[in-house]
Amino acid sequence: MNSQIIFFILAAISILSALFVVFTKNPIYSVISLIVCFFSIAGHYIMLNAQFLAIVHIIVYAGAIMVLMLFTVMLLNLNKDSEPHKPLLYKIAAMISGGLMLLVLLASMRSAQLGPYSSPAYSESGFVQNVGMVLFTDFLLPFEMTSVLFIAAMIGAVVLAKKEVN
Amino acid sequence: MEPTVLQTNPQQWYLVLSTILFSIGVMGVLMRRNALIILMCVELMLNSVNLLLVSFSAYAGNSDGQVFVFFIMVVAAAEVAVGLALLVSIYRNLATTDIDVLSKLKW
Repeated sequence: MNSQIIFFILAAISILSALFVVFTKNPIYSVISLIVCFFSIAGHYIMLNAQFLAIVHIIVYAGAIMVLMLFTVMLLNLNKDSEPHKPLLYKIAAMISGGLMLLVLLASMRSAQLGPYSSPAYSESGFVQNVGMVLFTDFLLPFEMTSVLFIAAMIGAVVLAKKEVN
Repeated sequence: MEPTVLQTNPQQWYLVLSTILFSIGVMGVLMRRNALIILMCVELMLNSVNLLLVSFSAYAGNSDGQVFVFFIMVVAAAEVAVGLALLVSIYRNLATTDIDVLSKLKW
C-alpha cells in the first residue's frame, strides 16, 4: 500500500514537471522543471530497487547534463522575451498528434502479455554488485567502446564550439 | 537480505507512466520552436525509455536491461554535449535558436 502511494506521488511529480517543461515560456523554468522530473525518475529507480542507476542518473543528468543546459541558457541569454512563438494552430496540432500517439501506444499495450514475471517479486538485479558483474563480464567490449564514443563526442564538441579564427 | 522497498506495484503502471512521458516529449518536440527546449524534450523521451527498461529489468530479475540503460545514458550525455556545441555555434552565427530560421536545408 505504501509503495503505491509513493508511486503515485512520484508519477504525478514527473508528469506535471514534464508538462511544465513543454508549456512554460521561460527556458530557465523549463530546465529547472526538467531537473525536478529527473529527480522523480531517480525516485522511481529506487522504487524499482535499481540503486546504482538511481545514483548514476542523478550524477549524470542532474549533475552534468542539466548544468550544461543551464549554462547554455544563460550563455545565450535566452529569456521569455526572446522565446519564439508558434501559431496556436501548430500547438493544437502538436497536442492532438501527441495525444493520438499516446492513445495508440496505450491501446497496443492493453493487449500486451507481460509474461510470468508480471507478479512482482523482490529482485536484487539493480544492486551495484550485480550490475557491475554483468557490465564487466558480458558487456565489457561495449563498455570500452563507450570511451571511444566519449572521446569522439568530446573532440566534436570542442571543435564545433571553438571560435573560428579566420 | 531484507528487501528495501517491496515491489507491490503492477508493471503496467510503469508502462503507462513511461508512455505518457514519451508522448509529452513528442508533443514538446512538435510544439516548441526553441532548439534548446527540443533537445530537452528529446532527453525526456530517452528517460521515459530508460524508466521502461529499468522496470522490465527489475520485474524480470535480470541485470541486462540496467546495463542498456547505462549505455543509453552515455549516448545521451554525448548527444547533449555535441548538440549544445552545435547550438552555441549556430547562435554565434545567426543570433537565434529558433528552428524556423534554420530552414536552409528544407525542401
